[in-house]
Amino acid sequence: MAILLVVAELNGNVVTESTGELVAAAKAVASDGDEIVVAVLSDDPAIVGASAAGLGADRVLTVQHEALAEMGAGSFEAPVAAVTAISNSLSPAAILLSKSDFGSNVGPRVAAQVGGGFAQDCIGLSSASNGRISVTRPVYGGNALAEYVFSGDGVQVLTVRPTIFDPASGDGASPIESFDAPTDVGKISARLVETIAEESKGVRLEDADVVISGGRGLGGPEPFEQLQALADVLGGALGASRAACDAGWIDHSHQIGLTGKSVSPNVYITFGISGASQHMAGCSGSKVIVAVNKDADANIFKDARFGVVGDWGKVLEGFRAAVDDLAVS
Amino acid sequence: MGVLATGTRGEILAIKIAVCVKQVPDPDTPPSAFIVDESTKRVVPPPGTPPVVNGFDLNATEAALLLKDAAGGADVEITIIAVGSEFVMDVVKRPLSMGADELVLVDDPSLENLDAFATARVLAKTIENQGPFDVVLCGRQASDWDNGHVPLVLSEILGLPCISFARNIQITDSGVRVERSLTDGYQVVEAPLPAVVTVTNELGEPRYPTLRGIMAATRKTPTTLSLGDIGVTNEDVAPSLELTRLFVPESERNVEIISGEDEVDAGRQLALRLREENLI
Ligand SMILES: Cc1cc2nc3c(=O)[nH]c(=O)nc-3n(C[C@H](O)[C@H](O)[C@H](O)COP(=O)(O)OP(=O)(O)OC[C@H]3O[C@@H](n4cnc5c(N)ncnc54)[C@H](O)[C@@H]3O)c2cc1C
Ligand SMILES: Cc1cc2nc3c(=O)[nH]c(=O)nc-3n(C[C@H](O)[C@H](O)[C@H](O)COP(=O)(O)OP(=O)(O)OC[C@H]3O[C@@H](n4cnc5c(N)ncnc54)[C@H](O)[C@@H]3O)c2cc1C
Repeated sequence: MAILLVVAELNGNVVTESTGELVAAAKAVASDGDEIVVAVLSDDPAIVGASAAGLGADRVLTVQHEALAEMGAGSFEAPVAAVTAISNSLSPAAILLSKSDFGSNVGPRVAAQVGGGFAQDCIGLSSASNGRISVTRPVYGGNALAEYVFSGDGVQVLTVRPTIFDPASGDGASPIESFDAPTDVGKISARLVETIAEESKGVRLEDADVVISGGRGLGGPEPFEQLQALADVLGGALGASRAACDAGWIDHSHQIGLTGKSVSPNVYITFGISGASQHMAGCSGSKVIVAVNKDADANIFKDARFGVVGDWGKVLEGFRAAVDDLAVS
Repeated sequence: MGVLATGTRGEILAIKIAVCVKQVPDPDTPPSAFIVDESTKRVVPPPGTPPVVNGFDLNATEAALLLKDAAGGADVEITIIAVGSEFVMDVVKRPLSMGADELVLVDDPSLENLDAFATARVLAKTIENQGPFDVVLCGRQASDWDNGHVPLVLSEILGLPCISFARNIQITDSGVRVERSLTDGYQVVEAPLPAVVTVTNELGEPRYPTLRGIMAATRKTPTTLSLGDIGVTNEDVAPSLELTRLFVPESERNVEIISGEDEVDAGRQLALRLREENLI
């Protein structure tokens, strides 16, 4: 009998959907009799882990400390200390976190403390022999997939890519216990001074059903205004490639990809994007990908369901006119 | 680790910066030319395509050079550290030609198959051997294995704070002040020195080497260290993950190309087709 420890993420007072996905991922590698424990870290006694209790885990542990405000954002030292303490107390077989800003900063540091290896951004998990976990993860920007098995002694720590697993849910409520925060949770050297949020106008990219996305092929900042206008009439959101963001044509908060946002709309429509694997990593969850590119051999046509080979400006002109016609008819 | 050298009025006299850089296969290799040898579990670079310095590590080099530019009277020394094997000298010297001062190579055939923990342990020993440093800069992730893992483990081994995804770095009287990129905006985080900071592309394009920089780099001889020189033990490089398979996922081209009387009309037809599918 082993314990699988899931570290919850909070959005306000409730756990994120990705936390339910982690419970599902833990179930995928659990054997009969294994126990799934969800840890909820916060500074607020009002957060008692109730929203975590509906995920179908065996137990919820809540840890409270003022240094865990916003889950220790920015410095991450407090959550590293808290998760390490829980791990030392429970000796879990594995610790699962989400591949988010939180998980990708906390996971490696916890792994350095509890020492059984770390696998980042897993898209597949299975149990190998002797309680070891085998993982599949994209490498080389998504050009290749690697399969690893943990081989060291100690706790196996991994992050799971969001939206891969369907979130788990359970009947009834898991019991909630509190876990005393160790004193070193408050010993922080790096300190968050402030967070400056970029307010997105209109629909959030992550929630949008339609995403219109532009790349280096657009040639400058002005075309992004045309794409934004199209996104607005379609009730969608505007995305971009890193090349367009790095050129300063559009803010980095619009970047889709491995090192930007991940989107999963019904339709992802690209203009002047070549389809590098690092870009596709952020939109491969889309139901349908549409490509407009003047190069018939562009990589994006391999992933696209519909495509037009042509100049983005001319194609967009006809596309927009038809959209406007459809709106009045 | 390093403590900033300060003068009688508390002014900073000298800053020592280490920048960790990894030599990687060129990430701009088109997917059609991306080949994996499954039997050796290795990527086979297309013939004639030299490796490059990981892009984010050039951003980290740029960050170090910006700190040097902003240092006023302080003496800033930038040491580049790379761990690996089969280094291509013209490639790993690029940070020198951009303006960095020293290059330290830990070069050993056994370093080819290291996992992130082992890499971090070797880097930590190198930093202890070459230091003390006030700031250790890394890239946010390596473009081959995409882990974003080494710098965080390194900071835990060295017992230092780590601030990730820096788009702006300032050295202040009390330490380092970093703007860290979020997908929606940014955070300001402060830490005492020494500290590990990872750098992202939002920091800005790395500067191009000048002709003078290239000449200076050509004349510099890197310090080459073996694992024995820095006291790396077998335990340090023991793996915690075993790579069992490396492969290119299958993908089939399945695109419906939509055309029209001209490109404008093709755009119109595309919109109609997407409406037919209830996608817009
Ligand atoms: C570690 C790492 C992480 C990365 N993370 C990301 C990420 O998160 N997101 C991301 O996007 N990239 C990322 N990249 C960069 C990525 O590899 C590509 O360089 C980038 O996505 C290219 O952007 P692009 O398609 O806009 O530009 P290009 O590749 O230059 O493509 C431009 C396309 O526009 C077409 N075009 C030109 N003119 C016209 C015209 N008039 N009409 C129609 N089409 C035209 C061209 O045929 C071409 O296909 C990352 C790279 C690395 C190494
Ligand atoms: C069995 C096995 C075989 C493997 N074979 C290989 C292989 O053949 N080749 C290979 O490259 N990887 C191999 N790996 C992957 C290896 O795990 C990663 O290279 C390692 O985990 C580091 O992760 P990363 O490269 O993604 O670095 P990240 O953690 O993404 O690196 C972030 C930053 O850390 C610094 N950094 C990272 N590595 C170095 C370095 N070597 N020198 C200086 N600074 C550095 C840089 O600043 C970099 O930007 C193998 C792994 C396993 C388990």
